[in-house]
Amino acid sequence: MNKIWSNYRYLILRRFVQIGMLVLFFGANAWGWKILEGNLSSSLLFGFIPMSDPYATMQMIAAGAVVAADLLIGVAVVTLFYFFIGGRAFCSWVCPVNMVTDSADYLRRVFGIDRAQKMKQPIVRNARYWILGLSLIVSAFMGIAAFEFVSPISMMHRGLVFGMGFGWAAVAMIFLFDLLVLRNGWCGHICPLGGFYSLLGKFSFIRVHHLEENCTLCMKCKVVCPEKQVLHMIGKESLPVLSGECTNCARCIEVCDDDALRFSIRDFIQNKKMGE
Amino acid sequence: MSLSRREFLKSSAAASAAAAIGMSVPAELEAAATKAEKSWRWDKAACRFCGTGCGIMLATTGDGKDRKIVAVKGDPAAPVNRGLNCIKGYFNAKIMYGADRLTQPLLRVNDKGEFDKKGKFAPISWKRAYDEMEKNIRKALKEKGPEGVAVFASGQYTIMEGYAAQKMMKGGFRSNAIDPNARHCMASAVVGFYQTFGIDEPSGCYDDIELTDTIVTWGSNMAEMHPILWSRVTDRKLSDPERVKVVNIQTYTHRTCDLGDFNIIFRPNTDLALWNYLAREIVYNHPESIDWDFIKKNIIFAAGPVNIGYGFRRAGEKSLTPVRADGSAGKYDAKEMEIYNKEMSKVVSELEGPALEPYGYKAGDTMKNIPGTLAHHEISFEDYKKSLAPYTLEYTAKLCKGDPEESLDSFKKKLQDLAALYIEKDRKVVSFWTMGMNQHTRGTWDNTLSYNVHFMLNKQARPGSGAFSLTGQPSACGTAREVGTFAHRLPADMMVKNPKHRAITEKGWHIPAGTLNPVGNQHIMKIHRDIEDGVVKFAWVNVCNAYQDSANAKHWIKAAREMDNFIVTSDGYPGISAMVSDLILPSAMIYEKWGAYGNAERRSQHWRQQVLPVGDAMSDTWQWVELSKRFTVDDLWGPYTLRNGKKLADVREKAYAMGYKPDTTMYEILFANERAKKNYPLALDQFPQKGYDNSECLGDARNVVGSDGKVFKGYGFMIHQYLWEEYASFGRGHGHDLADFVTYHKVRGLKWPVVNGKETAWRFNVKFDPYAAKHAKENGRGSEFAFYGPLAKALPFGNLTTVTDKKKKPLTDKAKIFARPYMDPPEMPDENYDLWLCTGRVLEHWHSGTMTMRVPELYRAVPEALVYMNPETAKERGLKDNDLCWVESRRGRVRARVETRGRNRPPKPLVFVPWFDERVFINKVTLDQTCPMSKQTDFKKCAVKIYKA
Amino acid sequence: MKQEALSDRRKFILNMARGVGYAAIGGFLWSAYLDDAKASPLILRPPAAMPEEDFLKTCIKCGLCVEACPYDTLMLAKPGDHRPMGTPYFIPRDIPCYMCEDIPCVPVCPSGALDESSVTVNGHLDINTADMGLAVIDENSCIAFWGIQCDACYRACPILGQAITVEYSQNERTGKHAFLKPVVHADACTGCGMCEHACVTEKPAIFILPREVAMGKAGSHYIKGWDKKDESRLKDAHAIHTTTNVSRKKAVDKLNSGLEGLLDE
Repeated sequence: MNKIWSNYRYLILRRFVQIGMLVLFFGANAWGWKILEGNLSSSLLFGFIPMSDPYATMQMIAAGAVVAADLLIGVAVVTLFYFFIGGRAFCSWVCPVNMVTDSADYLRRVFGIDRAQKMKQPIVRNARYWILGLSLIVSAFMGIAAFEFVSPISMMHRGLVFGMGFGWAAVAMIFLFDLLVLRNGWCGHICPLGGFYSLLGKFSFIRVHHLEENCTLCMKCKVVCPEKQVLHMIGKESLPVLSGECTNCARCIEVCDDDALRFSIRDFIQNKKMGE
Repeated sequence: MSLSRREFLKSSAAASAAAAIGMSVPAELEAAATKAEKSWRWDKAACRFCGTGCGIMLATTGDGKDRKIVAVKGDPAAPVNRGLNCIKGYFNAKIMYGADRLTQPLLRVNDKGEFDKKGKFAPISWKRAYDEMEKNIRKALKEKGPEGVAVFASGQYTIMEGYAAQKMMKGGFRSNAIDPNARHCMASAVVGFYQTFGIDEPSGCYDDIELTDTIVTWGSNMAEMHPILWSRVTDRKLSDPERVKVVNIQTYTHRTCDLGDFNIIFRPNTDLALWNYLAREIVYNHPESIDWDFIKKNIIFAAGPVNIGYGFRRAGEKSLTPVRADGSAGKYDAKEMEIYNKEMSKVVSELEGPALEPYGYKAGDTMKNIPGTLAHHEISFEDYKKSLAPYTLEYTAKLCKGDPEESLDSFKKKLQDLAALYIEKDRKVVSFWTMGMNQHTRGTWDNTLSYNVHFMLNKQARPGSGAFSLTGQPSACGTAREVGTFAHRLPADMMVKNPKHRAITEKGWHIPAGTLNPVGNQHIMKIHRDIEDGVVKFAWVNVCNAYQDSANAKHWIKAAREMDNFIVTSDGYPGISAMVSDLILPSAMIYEKWGAYGNAERRSQHWRQQVLPVGDAMSDTWQWVELSKRFTVDDLWGPYTLRNGKKLADVREKAYAMGYKPDTTMYEILFANERAKKNYPLALDQFPQKGYDNSECLGDARNVVGSDGKVFKGYGFMIHQYLWEEYASFGRGHGHDLADFVTYHKVRGLKWPVVNGKETAWRFNVKFDPYAAKHAKENGRGSEFAFYGPLAKALPFGNLTTVTDKKKKPLTDKAKIFARPYMDPPEMPDENYDLWLCTGRVLEHWHSGTMTMRVPELYRAVPEALVYMNPETAKERGLKDNDLCWVESRRGRVRARVETRGRNRPPKPLVFVPWFDERVFINKVTLDQTCPMSKQTDFKKCAVKIYKA
Repeated sequence: MKQEALSDRRKFILNMARGVGYAAIGGFLWSAYLDDAKASPLILRPPAAMPEEDFLKTCIKCGLCVEACPYDTLMLAKPGDHRPMGTPYFIPRDIPCYMCEDIPCVPVCPSGALDESSVTVNGHLDINTADMGLAVIDENSCIAFWGIQCDACYRACPILGQAITVEYSQNERTGKHAFLKPVVHADACTGCGMCEHACVTEKPAIFILPREVAMGKAGSHYIKGWDKKDESRLKDAHAIHTTTNVSRKKAVDKLNSGLEGLLDE
């Protein structure tokens, strides 16, 4: 029992947070709860704290919208929050698509699909930054928030709160893509929102820290990590994970039996010394 | 052989063209047309809904059991509507096919299948249903006599249904406890007609609309309640907008006011004063406008007691005892008693004080009330004039102005303009009214006051002029009134308390002399109260929704559910009455049976059965006739003692002498007797029966297992025709002449009296009414009129307060002008209940909504009852549109949504809530006050408070 | 021949070029899809919505307006609704806008896509100034035009007597009845859809269209001389240039094009 807790504690917490937020959003729509109203695009916490999606707002501004002050305050709240907590914490702790891609990833491991697909990956991890840039350009040309119109994240999240429609198709697409085509395909390669939070999270405080002296090179951490490239230091150096692409999901921490990974508060001075 | 579309068009066009010019069609061509149209069949009928009486055509398709109504069209040949319909009529085709139609008898049973008052409804056979009914009727008769068996009857019965019910109740059970929902709707008009003319129903007809110059509506929202007539009024207005004036006199602004040249918004109940003001203007300020020649030849003046209470229970009645120290009494709490106590005595208010002065009362006096009475006596013109003295412009305007936002001057101006319109020589005036004047604690007075004004100006019973009572229900006139399915009536304006009338009826029915019960006092509210008092033990709801449509409903529902009694409801759909019942019988609906309705202009219209009823449903006629099979001479015609001590004689010996045996059933006496079987055989190959179903007479393809447990095969004779002809025989030769059964199937209705095949448009007018001509000739007064109604045509003489000469003086062929004052209703807004509540209907829904709420389009159009109120009233209570609020009176409360922008715009002190919605059960809130003379409930006013829910 | 390893610099430039290529293709596809997906000319928006073009830019699709609506009138477009994804809209035949006095759906909008100022008069919200669309009547299927006494739409209208009035005219066929025909007044109608919802015909004979779709437009070069208010249209007036097939050529060119044809038979 204790083992399950220590091996899955963050996973359980993350699922709790993800589902809890969905329940709160759903309750606001279905039963008029006043705790968390709206959806991930923009919401109202306790009826007065505005929160808005900074990436969506950037697209809107690119599209030429003159947005209201309420929205900008909401953007500031969210931006500051993730700036401190770690941008991609959104991806692993909030985004509902995470549950879909995690399960695809889990099934890949169970069925050994990874081993079967050793060929060159069709998409590079940097694609998300390209798509991010492209979305702003398309927004500007088309006069609408380009990614918001096709975002499977919004489709799924809105679908769960306001009614799914054909939104399940988008969810299924991501699931199948991740399962059969590319490991961590959506979240790790394509999603421009993830890309946006990666950039935002570059400077965040909460970091995973590797202690090389405890490492037994079992590599369990690399197996579970959705963004393996951020763990380049494993078994080599005691370093914090500094890449913005780390989602702070903490799976590496809980699978490590040797206490070689833990959360720490970023030490800016130390970072400076070490460079990156 | 298939007929091409083109050929079909040709042949059917030829057939209809030929029919139009009365020429016979070559048989071959006719056959072709019939064959082509075989997939659908058009036949005429009357609209199911209001008293306007529009003609419709129904298209049916399918064979036998599967024949269904698929479409409806307005009947272009119908003189009332010329092919048009209102929005309800438009949906006649859809009313019978609701998903929750009742299709088999349902009884409350326990686990063992036995009847249990607290049980759940379960399907049973017709036989079982009749076993239970029979058992409970026998029990009621044994315990309480004929007064213990009651029927909530209807103005929506077909004429034959009403007649069958009446015959079995009064002739069979010797019970007069049969009273229709028309009591709630037309009773005040009826008593007004009786008192004024001595005979029921309007003198004029709808043609008055096209002939008049002035239409004044009093307490009538014709635009919503009689849309087809209103469109005729509108057409008349458009035809000469300058000359034709429309004035609406109402307690709140509604859609009828859209057309008004001006609209008068008055304080509820003060229409009495408005009529008296008009009369005063005539008598005091324009005496030259009085047609004295007409008055002297045709009119006398009359008055009666004013201290007649409000039709509540009187002190000492069983459910009002004991009286407790806290003010409560019996089953009524202290709050309710605050109002009920006024039945015995009341203090004359400042408002009504001046109006009552000529009658010997002034403000502050205590008025001791006697039970409501129809008694009246002749008075002099001078006394009548004296009764009008108080209604000066000043007093009337202050008393009547209903909208606090309106200035007194503006209101006064309107009153003067109104008087000027009535008085203007050569200006024809029609006064229309509906529930506003009938549902009124002084409804009878109000009705008679209307004729006063018309009589003095000689503007009554003339083409284009007259006071005209519009009926609400499709056959309030035809069935309830003409057939006499009221507690106190017999067919053709005869009365149960009149020995001569009873004798005529007994003779016509071939039942022993002395069978009929002379006490007819169980009107519809009395039946409810008798159930609460434990007197009525068996009650049957027919073609109405007695538990939704009666005021102060909680008491009656409690009595039905919690006391030892047996309540049966026959209905097409499960409404509130069905929910409250112990046994539910599935009824055939309107076009599933042969029928006839009589509308507000005395027009009787027949139709044939178009389709078979759904499930095992059977018509109310059948249900009554089947019940008659269960009771014999010995069962019913023994001696009884009524609760007032009067004895009903044992008439069995007389029955034997007539050839009946102890075990002869009522079926054999009242329905399937030799006359019926001999004179009305089924003519399967003749018009109108040919080609049509007749479930009662022939049985039908459904093979319904009947009340005896065997497949019902039909009575074997034309019972509809028998019932019609026997009923009609009572009126023929007495000013109520109806044509024969077959004729009505050929024409689009006829306005009675039908004399020598000709209908009568304006009664009492020598030029148009053969009866008037005959009477005028006989009385030799040389008048153009004869008000020949026979009731109350000899009166004692007196003044406004007492009778001075008890000797009755005849007043042959004369009508009456009554002195009647303004009086307050018993419950008026005060500091606790600060608003008037008015209830009524909306265009889209019919009565309690059992039919129209099941038509998806109508449901969608108006899905719920709203509380219409003034925006200020809402604001003062912190309410916005669509907020839920409570409407609470001393009797109960309901929750409904606020509407300040809608079709009805009440002045600040009044709110309007329609009653069609069983989920906004407004009759829990209303007060069971009635006109003490007509016993008609006043649903138009009581006091409520409103607050946020 | 031995292939020379690409220099890092070259590799980078080539990768960049490829990225740009992909981006261009993706961008065009994406744009084409969006162009199609955002075109929904018949969609009805909540009260106080900005003009459609701006609304699409500004709405963040959070659904707060949907949650604020007490009648479940508003919905967010789902995939498959064939409407711009995630944006709020309503279908009056299903649930119309009940025109709440306090317009709860508008003040909650964080982005300003629902513009409170457009429904504010003298510092107070006034739902009667909302413009969600315009009721249009199909006179062929409206049974009032047949002579049936139906004015369900008129009775349902929250601003009856202004947005919908009833026009009376005589029914010549029957000779004694009147038509009561509903007339919609574009200046008062808010497009709430209560009429469409109430309409008793199988498919509504009165229905709401976005005002842009429902209305024509008279040119601003002519102002009604009898209507002072009509001068407000002058704000759109502009300098006039006209070209027709006859006037395409410059005057001189035309004059110099000779007399060919003039003398032809």
